[in-house]
Amino acid sequence: MSDLGDLYQNMILDHNKSPRNRRAINDPDHCAEGYNALCGDRVTVYIDVDGDVIKDVSFEGSGCAISTASASLMTETLKGKTLDEAKEIFQSFHHLITEGPVETNDASGLGKLVVFSGVCRYPARVKCATLVWHTVNAALDNNTKKISTE
Amino acid sequence: MEHEQNIGIGLTHDETSSIDHTGLDFASVRADFPILQQQVNGHPLVYLDNAATAQKPNCVIDAIQRHYECDNANIHRGVHALSVRSTERYEQARLKLQQFLGAERVEELIFVRSATEAINLVAQTYARNCLSTGDEVLITELEHHSNIVPWQLVCEQTGAKLRIAPINDAGEVIYDEFVNILSAKTKIASFSHVSNALGTINPVREMTTAAHEAGAVVMIDGAQAAPHIPIDVQEIGCDFYAITGHKMFGPTGIGVLYGRYDLLNALPPYQTGGDMILSVSFDKTVYNEVPYKFEAGTPNISGAIGLGMAADYLMKLGMDRVLAYENELLSYATSTLSNIPNIRIIGTAAHKAAVVSFIVEGVHAHDVGTILDNAGIAVRTGHHCAQPVMAHFGIEATARASMAAYNTMKEIDSLAEAIREVVEVFG
Ligand SMILES: Cc1ncc(COP(=O)(O)O)c(C=O)c1O
Repeated sequence: MSDLGDLYQNMILDHNKSPRNRRAINDPDHCAEGYNALCGDRVTVYIDVDGDVIKDVSFEGSGCAISTASASLMTETLKGKTLDEAKEIFQSFHHLITEGPVETNDASGLGKLVVFSGVCRYPARVKCATLVWHTVNAALDNNTKKISTE
Repeated sequence: MEHEQNIGIGLTHDETSSIDHTGLDFASVRADFPILQQQVNGHPLVYLDNAATAQKPNCVIDAIQRHYECDNANIHRGVHALSVRSTERYEQARLKLQQFLGAERVEELIFVRSATEAINLVAQTYARNCLSTGDEVLITELEHHSNIVPWQLVCEQTGAKLRIAPINDAGEVIYDEFVNILSAKTKIASFSHVSNALGTINPVREMTTAAHEAGAVVMIDGAQAAPHIPIDVQEIGCDFYAITGHKMFGPTGIGVLYGRYDLLNALPPYQTGGDMILSVSFDKTVYNEVPYKFEAGTPNISGAIGLGMAADYLMKLGMDRVLAYENELLSYATSTLSNIPNIRIIGTAAHKAAVVSFIVEGVHAHDVGTILDNAGIAVRTGHHCAQPVMAHFGIEATARASMAAYNTMKEIDSLAEAIREVVEVFG
């Protein structure tokens, strides 16, 4: 039996209720739209950069608690990071969601994102957590076509 | 080797407390389904995803196993004992389906892969040959994608136009609008008997009569009707009727297309190959008679046998009794769930099968699904392959509890309790 509290941690519920940076950015440097065909969730990610530093990042869209909180926490995590750091964080996050927490002390820069560590025990929900990150990746690659989690 | 076909049927005439006043001994029905006797996430499994696929009774599982253990051989060929036996069982299954659907002739039943294949077959044989520019195909806003996309494709191929009869906010096809769209241009009307997303039962007899008066041929998607309500294709008067095995206690990968004999006879084949021919030479090939003309290649023999047994099981339960019992489940579920604050039931048709599609205000259906799963309750969440229905209600997704003859009032209580937990977690 799995404990629901592992999945729906308070921070996730909070970010679901009051998502941070849910807004559009006018004329963004990078932008992409993600779509999860399984549940119909859509998310748009906007990124402004200054050199190779992420100056501003935001999202629009609505979905389940996991995907909304994931998007919200993504914006908090990535603001001020370099593009390379962003890609590294995505790798660590993806590992956390699919394989579970790693034993190392937080060299991965995940920070608050560790609240998603419960997701790995709910395989049906992994895509909810990763959709926005795939979309960030697409945006940074200046890939403006729609991407999906498939 | 002959063996008694033992249908362990959950029906006794004893006066036991488990006999509902509808006459269905549901406790004993439940005992026929081995998969239901398990725990999920530490709770007894509450399986309420029957509209996606239903569970299988022992008699169906046994029939399939017995086929492979005792009878397996290819059918309609070979003179040896096993082949004869397999052929007999396969054809007996067709007879069961004839009885189940009330068809006039056994040749009117074609074994296909699924309801999806049945609809595609009609679209690509009948419709493709009769449609041309200016013609119309009429469907409804209530349809499953499998009764939308095949018509979109054939309309594209032929230049015909797809028309949609709208639904009202209860989730019922607006009958007058349906009739208004019908005209001499309407060559085909195709609609579901029961909606998978909302449970609405359409007045298929009236709709069929109206479509026939306009000169259209009528196809009915009965995928969701077969396990829940009595079906009589002759009484409905439809020309084609599709069902799918796995939703009616049968195996996956098998379904049935009913088609009126004269129509089927006039149709070109769907797929070609072995078994669907009488003779082949490089100069001329003569197609087999219906239904074999539409059963090219080695069919799903064990699937057909399993489906025949499932139809038999349902007939022994009695579709009237199943309907009466499920109606009680539905009204209990509807009133119990309506009492939970923040719940909105989507689909409130006057005539409904035992499906309750709902949203918990402010909570995404996926989160509802996960919390219910944690309590051992299986429901479907999402758009239910009926995105136009979701669009009508301005929502992306619902959670859907869909019941079957083996579900109990107590399971509805468990569902309600788990939904209260959803409200609590997201409070
Ligand atoms: C109303 C309706 N029609 C058709 C289908 C398609 O059935 P199958 O996937 O078995 O072909 C479904 C299945 O979900 C359904 O609910």
